[in-house]
Amino acid sequence: MEQESGFRPSTASNVPPIVEMKNIEKHFGNIIALAGVSFDVRSGECHCLLGDNGAGKSTFIKTMSGVHQPTHGELLFEGKRMDFTTPRDAMEVGIATVFQDLAMIPLMSVTRNFFMGREPTVGRGPFKRMDIARMNTETMGAMRKMGINLRVPDQAVGTLSGGERQAVAIARAVYFGAKILILDEPTSALGVRQTSNVLATVDRVRAQGVGVVFISHNVRHALAVGDRFTVLNRGKTLGTARRGEISPEELQNMMAGGQEIVQFEGAQGGTV
Amino acid sequence: MRGSPPASADERLKTESLGTRLMKRPELGAIAGVVLVTIFFLITADQAMFTLSGIVNFMTPAAQLGILAIGAALLMIGGEFDLSIGSMVAFSGLFFAAATVTLGLPLFITIPATFVFAALVGSINGLIVIRSGLPSFIVTLAFLFILRGLSLVGLKLATGGSTQLRGVRDATEDDLLAPFFSGDAFKGLFTWLAERGWVETFGNGTPKVPGIPVEIIWFLIIAALATWVLLRTRVGNWIFASGGDPNAATNSGVPVRSVKISLFMVTACCAAMVAIITVMDAGSTDARRGFQKEFEAIIAAVIGGCLLTGGYGSAIGAFFGAIIFGMVVIGLTYTGFDQDWFQVFLGGMLLIAVLFNNAICKRVIGGR
Ligand SMILES: Nc1ncnc2c1ncn2[C@@H]1O[C@H](COP(=O)(O)OP(=O)(O)OP(=O)(O)O)[C@@H](O)[C@H]1O
Ligand SMILES: [Mg+2]
Repeated sequence: MEQESGFRPSTASNVPPIVEMKNIEKHFGNIIALAGVSFDVRSGECHCLLGDNGAGKSTFIKTMSGVHQPTHGELLFEGKRMDFTTPRDAMEVGIATVFQDLAMIPLMSVTRNFFMGREPTVGRGPFKRMDIARMNTETMGAMRKMGINLRVPDQAVGTLSGGERQAVAIARAVYFGAKILILDEPTSALGVRQTSNVLATVDRVRAQGVGVVFISHNVRHALAVGDRFTVLNRGKTLGTARRGEISPEELQNMMAGGQEIVQFEGAQGGTV
Repeated sequence: MRGSPPASADERLKTESLGTRLMKRPELGAIAGVVLVTIFFLITADQAMFTLSGIVNFMTPAAQLGILAIGAALLMIGGEFDLSIGSMVAFSGLFFAAATVTLGLPLFITIPATFVFAALVGSINGLIVIRSGLPSFIVTLAFLFILRGLSLVGLKLATGGSTQLRGVRDATEDDLLAPFFSGDAFKGLFTWLAERGWVETFGNGTPKVPGIPVEIIWFLIIAALATWVLLRTRVGNWIFASGGDPNAATNSGVPVRSVKISLFMVTACCAAMVAIITVMDAGSTDARRGFQKEFEAIIAAVIGGCLLTGGYGSAIGAFFGAIIFGMVVIGLTYTGFDQDWFQVFLGGMLLIAVLFNNAICKRVIGGR
C-alpha cells in the first residue's frame, strides 16, 4: 500500500507484536470505511490511534475485537493468523475492549453488566450458578480502583452518570484484558480525577505487560500515555510516530487531517 | 493506585425500606394483582371458590396457561415474541397423539419425541428470526397460521377426514409414564387426609379433591426452575442481556443468537408440555387445541412484569399473571356476573399492567 511507505515499525522495543493487523480493509456495502490499515501492538506499550471523526478508528478496533470481520487483510495474534467471528473469540484470547458506545445494558445492574458474558460460577453440573457474592465484591473493588465509589453493586447501569458508566466499562475491560486492552475514547465523559485515574490505569496495565490501544481526540491525553501514535484519515493510516518524535502541535495538526501532514512527511523523511 | 480516594461509608445512599426494594422488582405488579383479584372475589364470589376444590379448580387452567406464559416470559425477556405457541400446542398435540395412537408407540418414546419435534419447530422460528433480522412478531405470526393449518391437515390425514383424534386414553392407560403427565398427584396423601377428616369428603368418604392435578405440579416446578435460571445462572444473565441490547450483549461476549434460538426452542417445548398434558387429560386432540393461547400467555407475561421491548421481566411474575387469569376465568362462574366480563377484565388488566410496567421501569432506571 502506498500509504504504508511512511510506516516505520518502532525499534524502541524489539519484542514481537501481540497483535498485528495487516492491510485491513472494511467495506460496508459500497461504503469503504477502511482502505488498508496496518497496525500493531506490543506487550507493554500503549499505541494511540488518532484521527478525525469518521476516520475509521472505531471500525478498525472493531475488526480487532471480533465485532467486524475484515473484508480484506489479516489479523495475527502472537504470530498466528486469527479469524475472530464474534467478540467472544477475541475475548477468549485476552483482548478486551471499551467500545465507544460502552456496550452496557441500562436495565441491568452494575455487577451483571460487569461480568456479562464471563460470569464466574460455583457449583457443578446442573447446580452451576453465578457466584454473585464474588461478582459484587470484585465489581466494587474494580470500581474503587478507577476512583469511582459505587453506592451499591446492584444499582442499574441506566441510573449511573455518564462518566460512572464509562468508568464501569473501563474497569470491566481492564479486569478482563489479559493481553490487549482497547479503549475507544474512554475519557470523553470523565471528570478530571477520573481521567487521570484512567491514564494512570493505562500506565499500570502497560507496566504489567498488557498492550494498550488508546483512541482519543485529546492530544494531551494521548501524549501523556502513548508510546506510539498512529493517525488515521479517511480510512487510511497517515503514519506512525514514536513518543518524543512528534510535538503536540504537529500531532494536533495531523489529527485534523489535511494539508499540513504532507509537509510533515516531507520534513521528517516520511515518518511523521 | 494513585488518586484512589479513601473508602468511606456511603453517605449518598438512603436506607431503602423493604417496600421500596420490592417496588423495583418486576413481579410486584402481578403480586399486587393477585391480592386485588383475591379481595374482589372474596367479596363477590361464592365462598366455595376459596375452598380446596375451588382453588384446584382455578389453578388447573392457570397452570396450563402458566406453563406457556413462563416460556413466553423467558422469550420476551430475551427480546422476542412467539405468536405461534397456541398453534404449537395443537401441532405438537397432533404429533403426540398420532405417535401414540396411530403408531401405537409407548410414552417413553412419544413424549421425548414430541419435545424434540417441538424444539425443532421452535428452532426454525428462531433461525428465521435471527437470520433475517425480521421482527419475531411477524415471523411467528406466519407460523401461527402455518402450524394451525398443518394441524388441521395432519389431523385429517391421521384420522381419515376427522378433525379430532381419539383414543389417547386407551393407548396410554397402562403406561408407566402416564401418571406423570395426566390425572392427579399425591392421591394417597389426599385419601389419608380424607380418612382423618382433614379435607372435605363426599358422603362415601372419598376426598372431594382426589389429588393435585399434575399440571399444577409441573407449573410449580417450571416456575421455580425458570426463576432460578433467570436470577442465578449465567444463562439467565445472558437472557436479560440479549433482550436488553443485543448489540451490546454480543460485543460483551454473550452468544446472543444461541440464546435467542434456545429460547424459541424452550417456548415451543412449553407448548409441547401443555399439549401432552391436555391431550392425555382429554384423551383426544383436535385442531382447536391451544386456540388463542398465545395472546393469553403474552398477556400473563406482561401482567407478570415483562416489558414488550425485552430485557426486563420475571418468570415468577408470569406465574402470578397466569394465576390471575385462572382466578378471573373460573372465579366469574362463582359470582353472579356474566361470564363474558372475562374479556373486559382481561383487556383492562393488560392495559393496567403495561402502564404499571412502564412506570416501574422508569423507576428502576431512575426516571432517565
Ligand atoms: N455499519 C456501518 N455501515 C456503514 N458505514 C459505516 C458503518 N460503520 C461505520 N461506517 C462508516 O465508516 C466511517 C468510519 O466510522 P468510525 O465509526 O470508524 O469513525 P471514527 O473514526 O470512530 O469516528 P469518531 O471519532 O467520530 O468516533 C464513517 O464514515 C461511518 O459512516
Ligand atoms: Mg469512533
